[in-house]
Amino acid sequence: MKRRTLLATAALALGMTVGGGAFAAGMDHVKACFVYVGPIGDGGYTYQHNQGRLDLEKALGDKVETAYQESVPEGADAERVLTQMALGGCNIIFTTSFGYMDATNAVAKKFPDVKFEHATGFKRESPNVSTYNARFYEGRVVQGTIAGMMTKSNKIGYIGSYPIPEVLRGLNAYYLAAKKVNPDVELSVIWAYTWFDPAKEADAAKAMIEQGVDVIAQHTDSTAPLAEAAKTPGVIGFGQASDMAAYKPSPRVTSTIDNWGPYYIKRVQALLDGTYEQTDSWEGIASGEVEIGEITDALPPEVKAAAEAARDAIADGSRHAFTGPINKQDGTAWLADGQTPPDGDLLGMNFYVEGIKGDIPQ
Amino acid sequence: MLRLEKRPTPSRFWSWGTPVLAVALTMIAGGMLFALLGKDPFLAIKTIFWDPLFGEFAWYLRGQLLVKAGPLALIAVGLSLGFRAGIWNIGAEGQYIMGAVFGAAVGLAVYPTESRLIFPVMILAGAFGGWVWAMIPAILKTRFNTNEILVSLMLVYVAETILSKAATGFLRNPEGHGFPGSRSFSNYPAAHNPEIFAGTGMHWGVVAAFIAVIFCYVLLQRHIVGFQIKLAGQAPRAARFAGVDPNRLVVLCLGLSGALAGLAGVFEVSGPAGQISIDFSSGYGFTAIIVAFLGRLNPLGILLASLVMALTYVGGEGASTDLGLPKAAIQAFQGMLLFFLLGADLLSNYRIRFTLIGKETR
Repeated sequence: MKRRTLLATAALALGMTVGGGAFAAGMDHVKACFVYVGPIGDGGYTYQHNQGRLDLEKALGDKVETAYQESVPEGADAERVLTQMALGGCNIIFTTSFGYMDATNAVAKKFPDVKFEHATGFKRESPNVSTYNARFYEGRVVQGTIAGMMTKSNKIGYIGSYPIPEVLRGLNAYYLAAKKVNPDVELSVIWAYTWFDPAKEADAAKAMIEQGVDVIAQHTDSTAPLAEAAKTPGVIGFGQASDMAAYKPSPRVTSTIDNWGPYYIKRVQALLDGTYEQTDSWEGIASGEVEIGEITDALPPEVKAAAEAARDAIADGSRHAFTGPINKQDGTAWLADGQTPPDGDLLGMNFYVEGIKGDIPQ
Repeated sequence: MLRLEKRPTPSRFWSWGTPVLAVALTMIAGGMLFALLGKDPFLAIKTIFWDPLFGEFAWYLRGQLLVKAGPLALIAVGLSLGFRAGIWNIGAEGQYIMGAVFGAAVGLAVYPTESRLIFPVMILAGAFGGWVWAMIPAILKTRFNTNEILVSLMLVYVAETILSKAATGFLRNPEGHGFPGSRSFSNYPAAHNPEIFAGTGMHWGVVAAFIAVIFCYVLLQRHIVGFQIKLAGQAPRAARFAGVDPNRLVVLCLGLSGALAGLAGVFEVSGPAGQISIDFSSGYGFTAIIVAFLGRLNPLGILLASLVMALTYVGGEGASTDLGLPKAAIQAFQGMLLFFLLGADLLSNYRIRFTLIGKETR
């Protein structure tokens, strides 16, 4: 048994040298691998990551080779998939969902010469792990503005995936923007406990519409909520992660598009040039990583103008999604008048802001 | 017209030949599917069936086969007892989850105490959790004659809800910045289920699977209970005359399969999965049903079948990354295995008769 262990260790070391190579001096060719949480045909989150991969192939041509695996569960299986990729000669591996955080860090320790890039996480336990994210919540300001102005019942909805900071940020930003233009607005929240499950997402949308909700935002990856909204006239929604243009001009009145291509190109290019460094990247509307899709003419001109103004104000930095005074749901003060939060507060957000009813599931 | 006629004595050869035939047919039909997708079918089949065993990285992947096969064998062996007696526990997935939640809760409750007793107590708690979850359909069946298929299946969804509550609430890592998921067992040595020999994939759950296989083999071959189980399945009326108490058998079979599924859950959560997370349930409980039938409801057969099933998973991942096969194609491939098995089974037990409509030959 000892001999086998020795062999395994030797082979592991070999695998690492094969997979690695000289980094500081740059490389002629990079194999970039991607791990996706959903199917590439989800029309939303994973679809956009895959578009980013295709952009990367287009931009760097034969200097880059890509491989991917879709629908990888966020658990024990992720670690094996990552190890197989690292052994198989991937130089840089993008793990594109929050739940891959521990697996990414565990495998990264075993393959110090392979670069790992984890989306939406916060752990960088070894020097070869970087994290990247996009300020999706900025897009929620545009959606919230539209929601507040368009709702007739004053009931707006939000289909959440999991009650994690990533989702709570978007939810709070959406509500604050809506309340700013319509103080009477009420938000109902349904937690779907999935990133991608068209049936569950459709059920959530249906339940909301039955309660009188007429604007539905979603933080899940499929187009099912829009398909459900399309069945009831007067109900609108938004494209999430991807443009979801098939539902234009209504119910999809605008969208938040994740544009990962530039980041993927930048990182692989740095690897080719030998300038790669560990980073923690968090870009938003200003840099184009978060795009606001076409705001359609299904909206009245004044609503459209207000939505565009919100988008532009965030892009030029004159507006922040969270500007005080803001209290937490329990009434305790969070931000003073005019204050904006440090990124640390946003990254660990685990509360509803004042005015949202109900509890975060515990 | 087609008519099925039961063969008086099904061939002994074919009862063992059908699984082999099913695997062969799956390879052929799967190869055709892969060819239609524009991939080299021989390369794909080789990647799935050969590479994990004898390929370049087999030293790593062989261990992973054990990691994947361990819980499958453990659950399937338990299920096979009930299936033989005509007691259909379809909810092993729920019992697996509850085993993990119970076991993890015990381990985390005493964190960070270091004691040799913690891990064994966790194992017992896991088996207890699975047993309790299986007792619900058992008692409902014996008391109120409810259908154990429906009750056990529905309880899977209840267990999944409890799992999300655990991950986001009562077992959440207090130092996890509000993110869902429990503490990691790999950082808590007293409760960790590590590889017994590094790199072999052999953890205590795999050992338990081997023990369970031997235990069930002896039970079925040498013990009166095993005889009663077989008799109840083949001739329920005769069994009753022979003094077999059907209620006792229901409680026993559901209890045993529940406890074994619970064991699989606690070994998985403290080992390969490493934590309670929202996505902890990975379908082992459902896949084990296929494994049980693929293994002819025979403990030794199940051991083999679990390894074959693990091969399609681990090899499928490789084919997905290296050849770009869509995940759905791999799942269809696994589905074919069951389809061909059931089809071949039917033909070995029945013979097809062609008859003219309205003209019964008999």
